[in-house]
Amino acid sequence: MKSKGIAIPYVVWMAVFVVAPLVVVVVYAFTNRDWSVTLDHFTTLGQYAGVFGRSFLLAFVATIVCILIGYPLAYFLARERGRLRGMAMLLIMLPMWMNFLLRTYSWVFLLERNGFFNNLLSAIGLPKLDIINTSGAVVLGMVYNFLPFMVLPIFSVIEKIDPRVIEAAQDLGADSATVFRRITFPLSLPGVLSGITMVFIPSVSTFVISRLLGGGKTLLLGDLIEMQFLGSAYNPHLGSAISLVMMVIVLICMGVMNRFGEGEGEAVLL
Amino acid sequence: MKKLLVMVLVLSLTAGLLTGCVHSRDSLGGDTSSNVVNVYNWGEYIDESVLDDFEAATGIKVNYQMYDSNETMYSKIAGGGANYDVVIPSDYMVARLIAEDLLAPLNFDNIPNFADIDPALKNPAYDPENLYSVPYMWGLMGVIYNAKAVDEADLGSWSLLWNEKYAGDILMIDNSRDAIGIALKRLGYSYNTTDEAQVRQAVDLLVEQWPIVQAYVMDDIFQKLEGANAYVGTYYYGDYLTMYENNPDLGFYIPEEGTNIYVDAMCILKDAPNKANAEAFINYMCSTQAGLKNCEAIWYSSPLLSVREALDPEIADDPYAYPDADIMAKCESYAGLPQNILDLYDSEWIRLKTTTGNFWGLF
Amino acid sequence: MKRNGPLSRLFILLVFLFLYAPIFVLIVFSFNDSKSNAVWGGFTLDWYVQLFQNDTVLSALRTTLLVSFLATLIATVVGTAAAIGFYNMKRRPRGILLGINNIPLTNADIITGVSMMLLFVFAGQALASLSGWLNNLEWVIDANLWFDLDFNLGFGTLLIAHITFDIPYVILSVMPKLRQLDPNIAEAAQDLGATSLYAFRKVVLPEIMPGVVNGALIAFTMSIDDFVISYFTAGSQESTLSMVVYSMVRRRVSPEINALSTLMFVAVLVLLVVINLRQGHQDAKEAKRRKALGAPTIAPESIMDITTENVGREPSER
Repeated sequence: MKSKGIAIPYVVWMAVFVVAPLVVVVVYAFTNRDWSVTLDHFTTLGQYAGVFGRSFLLAFVATIVCILIGYPLAYFLARERGRLRGMAMLLIMLPMWMNFLLRTYSWVFLLERNGFFNNLLSAIGLPKLDIINTSGAVVLGMVYNFLPFMVLPIFSVIEKIDPRVIEAAQDLGADSATVFRRITFPLSLPGVLSGITMVFIPSVSTFVISRLLGGGKTLLLGDLIEMQFLGSAYNPHLGSAISLVMMVIVLICMGVMNRFGEGEGEAVLL
Repeated sequence: MKKLLVMVLVLSLTAGLLTGCVHSRDSLGGDTSSNVVNVYNWGEYIDESVLDDFEAATGIKVNYQMYDSNETMYSKIAGGGANYDVVIPSDYMVARLIAEDLLAPLNFDNIPNFADIDPALKNPAYDPENLYSVPYMWGLMGVIYNAKAVDEADLGSWSLLWNEKYAGDILMIDNSRDAIGIALKRLGYSYNTTDEAQVRQAVDLLVEQWPIVQAYVMDDIFQKLEGANAYVGTYYYGDYLTMYENNPDLGFYIPEEGTNIYVDAMCILKDAPNKANAEAFINYMCSTQAGLKNCEAIWYSSPLLSVREALDPEIADDPYAYPDADIMAKCESYAGLPQNILDLYDSEWIRLKTTTGNFWGLF
Repeated sequence: MKRNGPLSRLFILLVFLFLYAPIFVLIVFSFNDSKSNAVWGGFTLDWYVQLFQNDTVLSALRTTLLVSFLATLIATVVGTAAAIGFYNMKRRPRGILLGINNIPLTNADIITGVSMMLLFVFAGQALASLSGWLNNLEWVIDANLWFDLDFNLGFGTLLIAHITFDIPYVILSVMPKLRQLDPNIAEAAQDLGATSLYAFRKVVLPEIMPGVVNGALIAFTMSIDDFVISYFTAGSQESTLSMVVYSMVRRRVSPEINALSTLMFVAVLVLLVVINLRQGHQDAKEAKRRKALGAPTIAPESIMDITTENVGREPSER
């Protein structure tokens, strides 16, 4: 039981399959097709500023929407009775076990000009909406796919809040708004923060959602990277450079957020 | 004990990856390949029952995968790690693969059905000595429109794809060579220009088109045009015939500025693991039986003389499927391009695709 | 806490409508006797029949299940061992290793996929040139040997990639159970004459079993649902179900896909309901025994504990 040695296989595994691949990406990012060292990929990144901006903006919007929907949902569900609550959590997780491509595709099918939704609209005499192949459709796809990742951690944190803490606050005269503001919300922040991570990172790097729902027009960072490796403009060196920059920006964002979140959480707790 | 188990697991996994490993030199030259052929073809480009027929006739199992553009296929091959035997790129991509030494010369003794290929398609510009490729299908590119939604007066030219009247109803093709080619033609240049300024000008034209394009599509065009989810698009004539079967409102024309005539040819990759099987596959695809089946499934023009004779006269005499000299005069095929232009195509293509319109393309 | 009013109930209902509307539409149209996805053309079961004659889909299903199963198995064993090893380490090395362990979790899938693809291709090329070099060595020629070291992207690389992103979930799921463990118990067992292996098997393992099982379940879920990493690491020979779906939805869309998603949905629903019922039943009657046996718990907390730990913070105290 005291042996540390049984971790060795995995440490080796991590070195080979986690660390080494990232080293390879760095090598690719700083070299040319003929393997000469270059910084060109980084100096020309400026021309992709629009894509970076758009990806981060859309992922940000999707994350905010996920919080706005996911937080109340988690909060309400945590207040439900045991049986209903168990059922509801099951229903939240159920779609996660279905193929996410199929789920995303079903939105194509719902939103197309002559799709289900528009047929419904015209059947009741309303004009058709062109939602598909817009940024809005891409955000919708992100929210739809990643909402459970926001709800689950928030729910888990709220659920674990000791009811006696809340009762104590109420006994001391706090109304429900104050209880929420001073106790429930601060205590649920860690859940919100991990929810943000779990929604933002896949959103900013997706290429499937933008491809299926954005019609190849709303190119995101994921598309740009995929394009350089298996897509229509082969250049793994540039692709690696873009991946690297994206990774660093995301890490910085997450680091800042967690630091900020921790400070906040502690301040309120004190 | 457990440690040992884990070690063994890891080691055996790593070892399992090293296929082949060490043999005696004497065993070289013998056919060590397995009984499979890995085929990498365009999507929607075969009658899949032909694959079953081939498996039944030869006992070789076909591992069949699909790509959606020449460029995608190139990425997958150039990236390494994939081991396909047969690929079916278009003319200009065949030239590029030959130039980059990625193809194996074919042994035509194993492909007797090559005799049936239309002599006009033998020794083509992309493979002058006809060492590496066997034509699979050919055809013309053109504009497909929904006659219910598009005015007849607007037809006739590539400019329909830039017509603001149909903003949001236009589907543009999603690969650099075809899209930039269309813009080049519209500007009156050659498809094969090596003038960087002309290519840039063409991409400027595509950037200008960006706001009115509903989506950039390849094979997803079928569903969008058939279902009237968009009204104007550009694709290949054979595919138009397929779409027409499902939606008779659709029309097709060859733009007056001229269009592209292409040949998709079967090639074997240089490091193909199953060369003999690959040649058997190519030969089978050149048989009248397989050619006819494919032709009737995808409606592209067949390079096989016997297939053309056996075809329903309605399609065999179709002016766009087997065009006459007048139409041919308007067509130009893609040639291989020098590396600097290929790089320019890639970077300009990214420039187009990263166009963000107003405020990062949100509206 | 207070119960929900009708407005909050309505909100819950609307969100569930949003989550399930696309799925139900897919299910309804899997019985549609028309290729169209918008017009109802009568009831049929044809798409189900065709689905089961579709070799591509069936072999992809086989690959997916095989890869997920093997990856889960290996990841669970290696991950549990690693978690125990980490647990016994000093604070500093443990922190560093757990940090590296978090990389596949916090990195975008596409970067994990792309980086592994580059590594595999690079390794393949390096091996190929190594064997070329070996084959020109004199003693190799004398010994009449021929090295053919090479590997391509395929099932092996797919499996490695899946194991790599599965293990972190197992570790994060086992770690908390180890922390809850009283180290004195194992020592006591050893003092009473048990070998350390025996003590592990009889004392430690049962205690951490719920964590191991949860880790395995999460790993399996992640493997089954993965698309991006498989897409980059599977190469030319293998396709997982997600990859087949991806190439299908980018071409002409066939209602077979609807049939497939319906079947997957029903399978998962049945599985979850059965587990849930069994669990509820047991909860009521034999909660104690179940704990001792370490029966699978698929309680929502399992995934959520992982997600809370994902950002590298301690889960909030119970």
